[in-house]
Amino acid sequence: MTSTTTTPSSVTPAVALDGVTKVYGRGAQAVLALDGVSLDVAPGEFVCLVGASGCGKSTLLNLVAGLDRPSGGQVRVAGSEQSAGLMFQEPALFPWLTVAANVELPLRLRGLPRAERKERVAELLRTVHLGEFGGRRPHELSGGMRQRVALARTLALDTPVLLMDEPFGALDAMTRDILHDELERIWSERQLSVLFVTHNVREAARLADRIILLSSRPGRIIYSTRVDIPRPRRIDSAEVAAIAAEVTDRLRTEVGRHGQ
Amino acid sequence: MASDTLARTGSGTLSGLDALDLATQEKAPSRLGRLWSATWPKIAALALALGIWQIVVWTGWKEPWALPGPVTVLSDLGSYLLTSALWDGLATTARRAAVGFAAALVVGLLTGLAVARIRVLRAALGSMITALQTMPSIAWFPLAILLFQLSEQAIFFVVVLGAAPSIANGVIHGVDYVPPILIRAGRNIGARGLNLYRYVIAPAALPAIVAGLKQGWAFAWRSLMAGELLVVIATKTSIGAQLTYARELSEAPRLIAIMIVILVIGLLVDSAFGAADKAIRRRWGVLDQAGN
Repeated sequence: MTSTTTTPSSVTPAVALDGVTKVYGRGAQAVLALDGVSLDVAPGEFVCLVGASGCGKSTLLNLVAGLDRPSGGQVRVAGSEQSAGLMFQEPALFPWLTVAANVELPLRLRGLPRAERKERVAELLRTVHLGEFGGRRPHELSGGMRQRVALARTLALDTPVLLMDEPFGALDAMTRDILHDELERIWSERQLSVLFVTHNVREAARLADRIILLSSRPGRIIYSTRVDIPRPRRIDSAEVAAIAAEVTDRLRTEVGRHGQ
Repeated sequence: MASDTLARTGSGTLSGLDALDLATQEKAPSRLGRLWSATWPKIAALALALGIWQIVVWTGWKEPWALPGPVTVLSDLGSYLLTSALWDGLATTARRAAVGFAAALVVGLLTGLAVARIRVLRAALGSMITALQTMPSIAWFPLAILLFQLSEQAIFFVVVLGAAPSIANGVIHGVDYVPPILIRAGRNIGARGLNLYRYVIAPAALPAIVAGLKQGWAFAWRSLMAGELLVVIATKTSIGAQLTYARELSEAPRLIAIMIVILVIGLLVDSAFGAADKAIRRRWGVLDQAGN
């Protein structure tokens, strides 16, 4: 069985998954994590992937990021060899480096000259409103600030595609709301294409142009809806709540299926 | 700024949150205060040890020529510190320690890296390295003397065998316990192959490697002292050789004075490794409340 959702536009997609399958293990122990997932993300589009536990959301991001290979099907990402920046639920900052050096590392690995690196780091830290914190160590910052450093480090890759694996899942509600605003601003300023994984349906309705629902074990696309609420949105607005309620109903039906 | 919140939360709220989050961080006590609180228990323990020693001497448990009191020993230590014999011996011993430890470092780092990376080697050598660690270094000397006679090579052989397994184990442990998320993050930002080792795995493994070096030093120093007691080279004086001479001549105060010198050197180097370890953990933010 193959489930497909494509973008209406005819331009080359930023991310294109075509019948992607992922199997872990071999023989009787083999687990089918993703089953024939086809999905396009248009340039500049913000897509949220929603699903219950075991739907292979993180597996899918790893495949797009090139950290893992699909067992079947094709993954294509627009751009050059390093084509998708990945953010995790944890900031995953390097504790032995200062905030500025963390953001600088991707630039250094790309071989940018020192003067240019310094300029870019300052610009990136300003983008996430941490201009004065470059000299600090990650452990000296709060969780939300660390996650912003991680965002700056990912942006330093200059990739057109941003992959986010529940990046705000561990943050308190107020910090999360503010980071939604910040992410939306950066996304539109930089014209990024975002593939954002979350289990928080409201968060998806707040951020996405399109919400895609994945089933669990194996992961398949079972539902997809466009979110046409004008931006900027508020997470506590009635329109966002209505979309969230609709997606939640679908999600509950899917989860209930596993209890029978 | 209240009207702002409807549309988009300004950066004012953000910096306000940041300030609130950071305000909870405590101020560290002064440097002098920390130094004193770390030092006085050591001084007290030392005074206690000297006191007990003096009391044992006063009870007359052993003849004073076999067990002299602290005053006799410390005054002998004072005059010993002025002899060229001590400094010549110290120079030989320090050179052996430095060369032996450096060789152990190279062997240990290379073995550790190879075992950590190559699965077959791990299966073959992993448990052997730990087994080597449990072998008392003095038990190596008969073989070492057969192989290299009474020479410096025999001493180096045992020092390297004593210290390298600890260093290798530190490297293996360090590489094994690099959090997988840091490796994924490193690969995603473009650190692959050798760069992944240079920019992610090596710095992440550093605390465990330093712990391995510290333990390796303790083994190296013990092996070296055992070696210098057993392998006495007549033309070269060393701290260990002088300890042997002092026993042969029944110079008890000198014997204990030399033991104090050995203890102090071991402690000084150990505390240098300890300081390095602490500096790393402070940088990483994993130092606990007590500062340990």
